[in-house]
Parts: sequence; C-alpha cells; structure tokens
Amino acid sequence: MNDMTQYVFLIPLLPLIGFLINGLFRNYLTKSISGWVGTGFMLCSFVLSVMLFQHVNQPGFQPEVIFYFDFIRAGGLYIPFSFLVDQLSVLFLLIITGIGTLIHLYSTAYMHEEAKDHFARYFAYLNLFVFSMLLLVLGANYVIMFIGWEGVGLCSYLLIGFWFGNPEYNKAAKKAFVMNRIGDLGFLLAIFWMITQFDSVRYLDVFSKAPAAPVAVLTGITLLLFVGAMGKSAQIPLYTWLPDAMAGPTPVSALIHAATMVTAGIYMIARSNILYSLAPVTENTVAVIGLATALLAATIALKQNDIKKVLAYSTVSQLGLMFLALGVGAYTAGVFHVMTHAFFKALLFLAAGSVIHAMHHEQDITKMGGLRKKLPLTHLSFLIGCLAIAGIPPFSGFFSKDEILAAAHDRSPILYGLSIVASLMTAFYMFRLYFLTFSGAFRGTEKQHSHLHESPAAMTIPLMLLAALSIAGGWIGIPEVFAHDAHWLASFLEPVVPIFKPHHQAISHQMELMLMGGIVVLIIGMIFWAYRLFAKSDVSFSEPDGISKWMADKWYVDEIYDAIIVKPLNAISSWLSKIMEARWIDGAVNGVGKFVLFGGRQIRLLQSGQVGSYILVMVISILAFLLYQLFWKP
Amino acid sequence: MHITEILFWLLSALAIFSALMVVFSNNPVHSVLWLIMVFFAISGHYILMNAQFLAIVNMIVYAGAIMVLFLFVIMLMNMNKESEPQKSKWLRFAAVISGGSLMLIFVAALKGNSGFVNSMRGEGSIGLIRNLGKVLFTDYVVPFEISSVLFLSAMVGAVVLGKKERKPLQY
Amino acid sequence: MNMPIIPVNYYIFLSAALFAIGVVGVLTRRNAIIIFMCIELMLNSVNVLLVAFSKMHHVAAFALDRTTAVGTEAQLFVFFIMVVAAAEVTVGLAIIVMLYRNIHSVDINFLNRLKH
Repeated sequence: MNDMTQYVFLIPLLPLIGFLINGLFRNYLTKSISGWVGTGFMLCSFVLSVMLFQHVNQPGFQPEVIFYFDFIRAGGLYIPFSFLVDQLSVLFLLIITGIGTLIHLYSTAYMHEEAKDHFARYFAYLNLFVFSMLLLVLGANYVIMFIGWEGVGLCSYLLIGFWFGNPEYNKAAKKAFVMNRIGDLGFLLAIFWMITQFDSVRYLDVFSKAPAAPVAVLTGITLLLFVGAMGKSAQIPLYTWLPDAMAGPTPVSALIHAATMVTAGIYMIARSNILYSLAPVTENTVAVIGLATALLAATIALKQNDIKKVLAYSTVSQLGLMFLALGVGAYTAGVFHVMTHAFFKALLFLAAGSVIHAMHHEQDITKMGGLRKKLPLTHLSFLIGCLAIAGIPPFSGFFSKDEILAAAHDRSPILYGLSIVASLMTAFYMFRLYFLTFSGAFRGTEKQHSHLHESPAAMTIPLMLLAALSIAGGWIGIPEVFAHDAHWLASFLEPVVPIFKPHHQAISHQMELMLMGGIVVLIIGMIFWAYRLFAKSDVSFSEPDGISKWMADKWYVDEIYDAIIVKPLNAISSWLSKIMEARWIDGAVNGVGKFVLFGGRQIRLLQSGQVGSYILVMVISILAFLLYQLFWKP
Repeated sequence: MHITEILFWLLSALAIFSALMVVFSNNPVHSVLWLIMVFFAISGHYILMNAQFLAIVNMIVYAGAIMVLFLFVIMLMNMNKESEPQKSKWLRFAAVISGGSLMLIFVAALKGNSGFVNSMRGEGSIGLIRNLGKVLFTDYVVPFEISSVLFLSAMVGAVVLGKKERKPLQY
Repeated sequence: MNMPIIPVNYYIFLSAALFAIGVVGVLTRRNAIIIFMCIELMLNSVNVLLVAFSKMHHVAAFALDRTTAVGTEAQLFVFFIMVVAAAEVTVGLAIIVMLYRNIHSVDINFLNRLKH
C-alpha cells in the first residue's frame, strides 16, 4: 500500500472534524449522535493507523516525510508543516487511536448523566485532545510537536475543569495548565537554541548535525527539552498537578493522564535519543530525577485513600521508571513500558471508574470493600491490571519493567537497588488498593450497598479488551533470556530508537534468570503482606502519624510550593493590581485628563472679559517678543 | 550752550512732564488739557527740526480738532473729578512695570552705537510746504486720494453709530 | 557758524519715553476716554521718531548734495498718520458715546461680555 502515506493526514483530521461537529452543534445533537460521532471518528482513525502500521512494517521501509505546506518562512528560518512516518510515530499512533477509541466508547456510558450539550462538549474536547496528540507524534519537526504539545495542555485544562461549576476543579485545572506552561517554557527555549545552533528544527536536520555540535550546547538543549518533559510528564518538581487532575472525569484521567498526554515527554525524549546519547550529563540527570520521582510518588501512594489518587501517584511513579529507562540509554525499554503502561493503567482507571460509577461517585476506599461479588467483571479486570503493574509474569508489565531493571542493573547497582525498591512499593500499594476495594466486608452505607451493580456493556467491553492487552501486550518484547531474537519491538523500532548497549559485560543468562526470579518472589511476598494487612474483614483505619503522616500528606510538597511560589506571586500581583495599576497607572492616565481640565480652568481665568487685562497681556507679549528678537535671537 | 540745545531740553522736559500728568490726573478734563500741552511741546520739536508743515498741521489737527472733540465728549458725559473707580493696585503696579520695561528695552536696543551721531542741524529745506507738497502730489497722490475716502467712511460710520435707535414702526 | 549737534539718540529716547508713558496710561486707567487719549500720545511719539529719522537721513545726504530731497517720505508718512488718527478718533468717540448711552458709564471694566 504505497499510497497509504497519502492518507496520513486523515488520521489527525478525522478527530478534528469530530471536534468541530460536536463543538459547534452541541446544543442540537442528541447524546447518542454525539457519542457516535466522537467514537466513530476515533475508530476510523484507528483503522487508518493499523493500515499505516502494516505499511510501515514492511521490510526495507524508510522513514517518510510528508510535506503539506510552509508553516513559517521568515528570513533564514524555514519551518515546514510536515509529518514524519516511521516506526516510532506509528507505534504511538496505534496506542493513541486504539486506547482512545476504547475510552470514547467507555465514556458514552460513563457520562450519560450529563446534559446533552455538556455531553457533546465532552466528546468535542476529547476529540480535540486526540487531534493534538496525533499532531504531536506525527510532526516532523519540533515546532509541530510543540503545537500538539500546547494543544494537549489546553485540552487537559479543559477536561480537568470539565465540571466547571466546582471551583476546586477549576483550581486543579489551572494548576495543571500553569505547571505545563512552566515546562513549555523550557521546551520553547530549547527550540530557540536549536534554531540558533542548527538553523533548523526538523528532526532530520537536527539529528544529522548534532554530532558536530559542542557537548555543552547539546547538554543545554537536552536539559531544556527535559524541563518540558518534566512539566508534561509530571516529574519532580512539576508533578503536583497530576494528582489534583483527578478532579476530571475518570475516562479523562484514563486517556490523558495515564495513556497519552503524560507519555508525550517520553515520546519527545525517545524521538531525540540521538541528542541525548550525545549529552551524558543530561542522561544522568534524567535517570536520577526519574528514579527520585518514582520513589517519592510510591511512598505517597502507600498512604492515600482515594482510588484515583492512588492511581495518579502510581502513574507518576511509573513515569519515573520510564524516565529512568531513558536516562540509562534503554530507549526501547522506555517506549515498551509506555505501551504496556498505557494498557494496564487505562484498564485500572476505567475499572476504577466502573467502581466509582457503581458506588455512586464515592471514591474513598475506606468506604468500600467486598465489591468482588457485586462487580465481577470489574473485579477481574482490576485484578489483571494490578498483576500487570506489579510485574508478575507472564503479564505485560513484567516484561517491560524487567527490561528497565536489567538496564539499570547494567548501569549502576544503586540504581538497580532503588528501582527494585520502587517496584516492590508499587506492588504493595496497588494490592493494598485492590484488597481494600474488593475484598473483606463492605464498609459503606446501606444505600450505597443496595445500588451496587455491574456496569453496562459499553463500559465493560473496553475493560475486557484492555485486560486482554494487559495480559498479552508484553509478549512482543520477550527478552533474550527467554528466547533468542524474540524481542520484536526492539527490532521494529531499531531504525529509529537504538537498542540498548550494555556498558559492562553482559551477565550470564543464569544470573539474569536468578535475579528475575528473585524479584518476582519478592513481589509475591509484598502481595501476601498486603493481603495479610488489608484483606481481612475488620480492617481498621487509624489516623496516620509520624512518617506515615508525612507520606499521607504528600510530603507537604504542595504546601512548600504554595509558600515559596504561589503566595509571593499572589502578593506581588495583588500589590501590582491595587497599587501599581489602580493608583499609579490609572492615576497617571486619569491624571492627564484631570490635568487638562485643571489647566483649562486656570487658563480660562485669563479670559476675564476685562479689556484692561487683555491689553496688559498684549503689552507683556510685545515685551517678550522684543526681548527675544533683539537680545536673544542668534 | 547754544539756544537750540536749551530749547531741546526744555521742550523734552515739558513733553514728558505733561505726558505724565495726562496719565496721572484724576480729572479727565485736566488730562485733556495736559495732552494739549504735550502736543504743543511736540510741535515745538518739529519746528526745531525744521519740519514746519508738520508743526502747523499737528497744532491744527491734533490740538485744535481732536482734542476739542475729546473735550466735547467729556463734557457730554459730565465727567468731573472722581466718579471714576480705580483699577486694582496690583494691576496698576503691573502696568507701570511693564511700561517701564518697555522703555528700557527700547533704550537698550537702541543705545550707543557710535554711528548714530548724525547731527540734527536745522538746515535743509525738506520741511517746507512747497517741497512736501511737490512730493505729495506727484509720488503719493494715490494714498492722498484714498485718505479722502477714508474720511468719508469715518464720517459715515460716526453718523451711523451716533444715531439713536428708532423703535420699529408699528403698522 | 558752529551749528549745534543734537544726536538723534536723544530723540529716540524721547520717543521711547513718551511711548512708554502712553502704554502705562493705557494699562492703568479705567476710563475709556483717557485710554483713548493715551493711544493718541503713543501715536505722537511715533511721529516724533519718524520726523527725527527723516531729518537724520536728510542731513547725511545734504552733506553730499545740497539739492537732495531724501527725507521727504517720512514726513509725508507722519502726515498720513495724522490723517488716520483723525479718522480713528472720530469713529472711536462715536463708539464710546454709544457705549455711554447703553450702560451710562465709560468704565471699561463693564465690558466683560467677552468672558462668555
């Protein structure tokens, strides 16, 4: 299908059309039509992506740049609007359109309580988001990526604040947007620097000129790009928006904050891997920050009592692991984990949404329990998701996480040890969540108990599909240890993303198997510990104190930010608005008017009507004129 | 000192003193009389400079006609000593100052360039009527005729202005 | 014969003095008629000046050529100034009489309609 590349533009265009239809006609369309429009366009995009994937998967495929029009042509700066079709972008296309379609389908049931114009508005925003995300991954230069980057930030704001009647949700949306913006500043600076250094922002140009550039410049550019990734993918210090973003509807959390937007940072760094491999300082920074984030978020997740918050912190933690992978040079592992994480995290969020739906919008797990009998399908999917994220073979999470651990082991034992700690904590808090929600006795009210029911088909079908993917998704990346040359994903991505090169001598297969087995045993041990603690009928919840309190209160990071950044900014802006603006600037402007009036009144006094004073003025003017003429004029 | 110089100083002092009295008398009639004195002094200067025609015309026109006219109007309005309010003190002060400054400026502008010592001897005959008349009726005859038109319009204007307003006729 | 020499500067100063006194009069007095008279005073000071200059030029040219008629224009100009002054007095006094008829006073402070 050689002409498949001619239709690439349709892939982002269809969701854009869906956005326009749902957005412009939201007052007139019925709910089922809006739902069909939104989901239908997504499905078409997905089908086109599959066809494109088949086109790319042929042997001997070269990356293709499809040019559409000149975007910016100013002086020496030339930025074309073109798409780059290669293995990495087509992989992300599949993830985005596939999971996107499932989430659209799920949303038609989840959001059915909304009024019809809000319902249509929701789907419009979702479609716009998918459009921006597709633009991001399809762009052939950093500026197109940036357009998509900004677009997903905007849609994130719109969707987090979807129920805009609640001021708390609006604050969360603003927080997300502002933190994204801080990251975007880094991204923009990187783009400017790139233009200065390389005279171009196109991937092909930059990557071919990069080896010749000085290391300091490359380090600077890559660090700035990473700042952008920090904002979008919620790493320290720009991660606090993600847990607050749970204010949005659960499918939004699933799509944006689990599967797609937050992975934009990973995509950017994976795409720029040539730049990063030339700047080892940045790579180390990325690895360290990723690991730190993974650990910090895991500790916070241990003590949270809101389903979505636990999942949010878990997302932050897993993103940290992905950045760790990128930082040690295992780009393929990072992308692999993106894929598997998309599957099981979306699954977990959608299952959580199903639980919330059944519990009538109750999100506190201290009030749940024993839901296993009432919500069987949900329960099964959630369990599969937990197993996947914990890293139990043969679920998908195991393969991707193990690849990351192996790369970390090769780089440094400290990294390896700490990432194992993070994985163990992951298993623990996820299963704490699982047991508290589904096992034991029901702790909620009687009214809630009577309402419990399984979700409709539109919600359970995506759950089941995602569960299947969570089970089988890892099998495209089977490592060397198990079967020779079976890592299909690595060989697929190889033209774009280099395979990880171990620094030290590869450890023997036996050693590797032993390490893997050991870790799995430890994880199963954590699961049992969680079972002991939380699966009983009489779980008690005490007020946390000491370190637990610190963890439950998110290590007070939000409070620190508030004191250091938010309050001074608010103080400055209120000073500016009350004093600068009201008194000085307005005063100056009004003062000009007042001065003119005042001057006019004074000058009017000259017009006394008294002839005598007129003559006096005449004489004085003549005097002045004579003085000037006779004595001063040069 | 030659008699001419004495006469010059005398006449100048008379002129300036009379001018000051014009400005500072309270009674308007006195002001008129002092002004006539000024005109006499100035005519004296004209004679000193041998501008005889102008001296005579000055006397006849100014002192004779114009001042009499002024006197008529003042008598008409029955203005005597002090029905006249004064301007405010500050304004008078400012007036004197500006007038004085004006004079100073003239003096300063026109003082002591040594090329100005042209004498004012009483010689030459340009002031005589015959010579003046010759130039007036040959070179400047047009302005002369136009001045008669000017007089006509002034007379008409004066008459029109002076008429009493008549009530419009009732039909 | 030793003819006396009066520098023309003296006449200039005389004229300036008379003019300044006229200005002071105009500014100081409130009676319209007195103001008018001071204007006449100013005109006369200018006349003096003109005649002095005419004499000056004539004397300078006379030294070279005894039949010259150089300064004549200035004296004719003085003549015309007098003509105009006469006409002006006529009309001006007519205005003042009309003013008196309307407001029964010649105080210029009552002439403040220009204020509006």
